[in-house]
Amino acid sequence: MAARAKSLFPAEPVERHTLSILVDNEAGVLGRITGLFSARGYNIESLTVADVTQDESVSRITIVTSGPRRVIDQIRAQLDRLVPVHSVTDLSELGPFVERELALVKVAGVGEKRVEALRLADIFRARPVDTTTQSFVFEISGSTQKVDQFIELMREVGLVEVARGGVVALSRGAAAH
Amino acid sequence: MQGREQSGAEIIVRALVDLGVDTIFGYPGGAVLPIYDALFRQKQIQHVLVRHEAGAVHAAEGYARSTGKPGVVLVTSGPGATNAVTGIADALLDSIPLVVLTGQVATHLIGSDAFQECDTVGITRHCSKHNYLVKETSRLGPVIHEAFHIATTGRPGPVVVDIPKDVQVATARYEKPARIEHKTYRPRVKGDLAAIEAAVEMLAVAERPILYIGGGIINSGPGASQLLKDLARLTKAPVTSTLMGLGAFPASDPQFLGMLGMHGTYEANLAMNQCDLMLCLGARFDDRVTGRLDGFSPHSRKIHVDIDPSSFNKTVRVDLCIEGDVGHVIEDMVKLWRARGHQAQPQDDWWARIKGWRARNSLAFTQEGAKIQPQHAVRKLWEATHKLNPIITTEVGQHQMWAAQHFDFEKPNKWLTSGGLGTMGYGLPAAIGAQLGNPKSLVIDIAGEASIQMNIQELGTATQYDLPVKVFVLNNEYMGMVRQWQDLTYEGRHSHSYSDSLPDFVKLAEAYGWKGIRIETADQLEQGIADMLAHDGPVFVDCHVEQHANCFPMIPSGATHTEMLLGPDQVAGKVDKSAEALV
Repeated sequence: MAARAKSLFPAEPVERHTLSILVDNEAGVLGRITGLFSARGYNIESLTVADVTQDESVSRITIVTSGPRRVIDQIRAQLDRLVPVHSVTDLSELGPFVERELALVKVAGVGEKRVEALRLADIFRARPVDTTTQSFVFEISGSTQKVDQFIELMREVGLVEVARGGVVALSRGAAAH
Repeated sequence: MQGREQSGAEIIVRALVDLGVDTIFGYPGGAVLPIYDALFRQKQIQHVLVRHEAGAVHAAEGYARSTGKPGVVLVTSGPGATNAVTGIADALLDSIPLVVLTGQVATHLIGSDAFQECDTVGITRHCSKHNYLVKETSRLGPVIHEAFHIATTGRPGPVVVDIPKDVQVATARYEKPARIEHKTYRPRVKGDLAAIEAAVEMLAVAERPILYIGGGIINSGPGASQLLKDLARLTKAPVTSTLMGLGAFPASDPQFLGMLGMHGTYEANLAMNQCDLMLCLGARFDDRVTGRLDGFSPHSRKIHVDIDPSSFNKTVRVDLCIEGDVGHVIEDMVKLWRARGHQAQPQDDWWARIKGWRARNSLAFTQEGAKIQPQHAVRKLWEATHKLNPIITTEVGQHQMWAAQHFDFEKPNKWLTSGGLGTMGYGLPAAIGAQLGNPKSLVIDIAGEASIQMNIQELGTATQYDLPVKVFVLNNEYMGMVRQWQDLTYEGRHSHSYSDSLPDFVKLAEAYGWKGIRIETADQLEQGIADMLAHDGPVFVDCHVEQHANCFPMIPSGATHTEMLLGPDQVAGKVDKSAEALV
């Protein structure tokens, strides 16, 4: 549409970044974070949150986002100025990190399809966590790409539904971030 | 040692007194009755009863901007809180320190759609710097102290504290906290010395430098303005200011180029376009300042000093960022410049070009005949009052831009305007707040006949508290800036921008106990202003001005600094669709 105003940084390539955010575990903090993303038009590809300290006072929020480099820098700066935010770490920027996602995948079928589903699950190291004579629920964890691939394959052998946990990630090595 | 048990309401008042609050702006209602009762039984805080909660917040903004102290607001739950939202958003965009206390329904009723319930923390989450819902009376003292700390430090802003009624009634012990050390919120004040050193080196070799200053200088305090003068002298650089920064550098200084941006001067915008080094001090490259981004100052290296790192590279990419309080950073720059024995580069060519741009006299206007040109009215007002060092507030629109262009400010904290949010109805309550904070100052709201009606109920507040504020309306019977854009972009189709059915402002003012003055022709102007100044109570001047004047110079939508319209003869009446979609 010609009348549509152009984006601020149209020519810059889009990057995918995994951000790890430590926040005070207080009411409304998730609303502040997600509201900031929607208010400023940033993308959220995945978001997970849970408290991670013994006294449950601090939560880690892991957000996978995408955008031009300048937008990613803005996201970091905007998150950082929220009062309950302790730290914002751009894991993609920091160096090597591990990223995992958990999914539960329900598949229904009988006969050869059922056998094939089990075979594929074995290749992907997915584990059946519920079984009936007509169905399985598989638990799979791994990179987002691996989970995507597994779900794609399951479509051919009777995929019913999927629940995904979203990405969790930590930097490699001994240091905390 | 812990204090005695007191009610939450008493703790609130106690904490405000401990924080040095002398004035609060508010409006009572069911969910704040305990606090109002506690206010009734004390004498240290003056409560100013406004006529509408919107007025309370703008009054607190005016108080804050003119005194440098935080403004405090007290409103009830539900509609009290939602009416305050515009002012809260206004204070966020203009970085004004406010603490807004809102009543809330009792904790056990929250979420039940109780009478006058709304999700105040949800609604204000993204238009406040921070907010709290206080569910325990024992938390009230610490939260209120923390709220003031957050509102006034770093980049200032509004902080909302939502207080359920039962929390106000229950008792707890209160103790004044020693010093606030927030576990996560620690804004940086001093800039990185290596970065400052690099900035000074860049300044020292610049042949066409410019200092682009904003409201951050004013927030940093009067010391920052003084240091800015030193820096300007040392570097010999021209200085231009955003709307919010006016007064931070004296308008009469030969190095001052006036305001920049959409309605800035020709010399300011051309110098921004042609400079080889831009030092941005406490400003944020707002779209009204930059114009079209791909044509913004294409040949310059840029240094940005800001206390809020999220302002860096937000729209304009800069070469060097310095995070810190702008006053401290300028101080370090001046020290380093002197310590290194730097001399500014010869800038004769640069200043010769600036002189050439100045010669265009872009703010010129012609006053002839009986009709008053609005610029002439502002200039006459300045002539009659500038020796009194008045505080000027404005509403939003053409009159605001004419005031910014034609009223010269020599000192900070004298110019109160809604810059970021552009809130019509700001000026009158802001003038009331400024007058309360500066009882001896002359305070004038330069207004438009449309804007003034947005919070005109506050005339009653000025009457009640014997505040001698002056309202000077440039009455052109149009929402002039809307009409101007319709002239520029919509071939003059004036859709709903005519101010129909205007009241008789003189009678209206008199009905509120004000003095009313009407000025209709140029020969009445001086006398009318003199009469306004001679009256020691509040005065409303309805000054009829040329109806069809538009505000120039102007950088039209989607244009760059070099594509300024200098007068009405350059207006095409139409723009292409992509420019129309821009703001």
